[in-house]
Amino acid sequence: MRVAILGLGSVGRGVASMIAEKKLGITVTGIADSRGGVLDPAGIDIPAVLEQKRATGCCGDPSVTAADIVASSDYDVLVEVTPTNIQTGEPALTSIRTALSMGRHVVTSNKGPLALHFTELMDLAAENGVELRYEATVCGAIPIIQSIQHGLAGNTVHAIYGIMNGTCNYILTRMTDEGLTYEQALAEARELGYAEADPTFDVKGIDTALKCVILANTIWKNGVRLEDVECTGIDLLTVEALSLADSQNCTIRLIGEVAPEKGILRVSPRIVPKKHPLVVRDTLNAVTVVTDMAGAITQVGKGAGSIETASAIIGDLLFIRDCHAGSN
Amino acid sequence: MKIEVKDAPGELVAALKPISEVGGNIIAVIHEWDPTLRSKTRIVQVVLDVPGERVDGLADSLKSRGVSILRIGEERLLMKRSVIMIGHLLHTDISDTVDRIDQTGFAEVVEMHMTMPGITQRSSARLTVSATNRAHMETAMEILRSVAHQKELLLVEPLEEGV
Repeated sequence: MRVAILGLGSVGRGVASMIAEKKLGITVTGIADSRGGVLDPAGIDIPAVLEQKRATGCCGDPSVTAADIVASSDYDVLVEVTPTNIQTGEPALTSIRTALSMGRHVVTSNKGPLALHFTELMDLAAENGVELRYEATVCGAIPIIQSIQHGLAGNTVHAIYGIMNGTCNYILTRMTDEGLTYEQALAEARELGYAEADPTFDVKGIDTALKCVILANTIWKNGVRLEDVECTGIDLLTVEALSLADSQNCTIRLIGEVAPEKGILRVSPRIVPKKHPLVVRDTLNAVTVVTDMAGAITQVGKGAGSIETASAIIGDLLFIRDCHAGSN
Repeated sequence: MKIEVKDAPGELVAALKPISEVGGNIIAVIHEWDPTLRSKTRIVQVVLDVPGERVDGLADSLKSRGVSILRIGEERLLMKRSVIMIGHLLHTDISDTVDRIDQTGFAEVVEMHMTMPGITQRSSARLTVSATNRAHMETAMEILRSVAHQKELLLVEPLEEGV
């Protein structure tokens, strides 16, 4: 199977290095970041490209663009792992549309295009007889989309809810354990690289809201959008509030919830008993699916990280390979 | 409610029937054994949820069936839920916030813990609300959400199982 990779940040580097290391029968024929690209129908020397990226900040020839890579015919699957833009979804949206229109499968970790244009993109994939897979957009390494689509096939899903943002979970864990203020815990999360310089996207609950939108569209195909989510973040929580929850053997976690039967689509800090299966520590994610036949199923795992996200991307790639023999 | 029924097959079921007829919900039935009682009778304690205005009708119906009512007690508030509010709670009149729940007649704030780290800083309070049933609790929560929105307070609610 031949793949082209757009984006060589943390996720892209993780995917490329795992493809090189694990001998999965995947050949990378194109790679581009925002500053340049490299094309080789015979297969790119990944360690050399990663070294060049590390040394120069650019992965290849500055005259080769992401659009050139997408237009190249030498790949079966486009791996789109550029940063999320929640206003327009671009430039990822155009790359994904182009690849699908050309009859190429797409695997992405990019929440923007999916949250903004879910139905359109899935329809475009179906029209062209290809797959658009996005396991890495929700809860990192946890195979929640695969579980819902395949493991729990035939079940009616009543609700899905959980902790879907590791940065918020880390901040709340530290506030609870050490009595840090929100500002102190955030500063620590930044130092450790868990929080961005501008943490708004995470702490205001927007990242969790995007994941709720993607999950809702995946399960119920209800066309909900980001603006439909009732969204409250964790940035106004106080250490005293956590301590009040603690005195009742509870804690506070940022929970994303989708339950269309009850009209619930929201992200908010919630009081949760400490022994509840969703109460996980540090940057872990935990998500519960409530179904008719299987009951409630909770999965816990790493929600972010280079290699953990690569796990989701590679899972999608191998699913496509196994289900579409022609892609080999 | 404590009632005395004849100790014979079918008597208890017959005695409980009026409860469902007035739209009541039986939560628990506890038999009490008392050797000092007259033979052929049993004391039964029934925990039930019935709208207040139907209690008199229920008592009449039971009496007409020969059931002796020994005591009717009222435990109005069955459900409890704790929430946390964060913000300028005193400056936005916390007693008014509590009053808005208490004024409903079907829910009230039964406990409050508050911490105020500094005069200019936001305070945090845990309020425990009791209500007569789930629907009333939901209405009380709606009132709190609306008050929180109006007074720019952050309301942290418990995660309900199986949302």
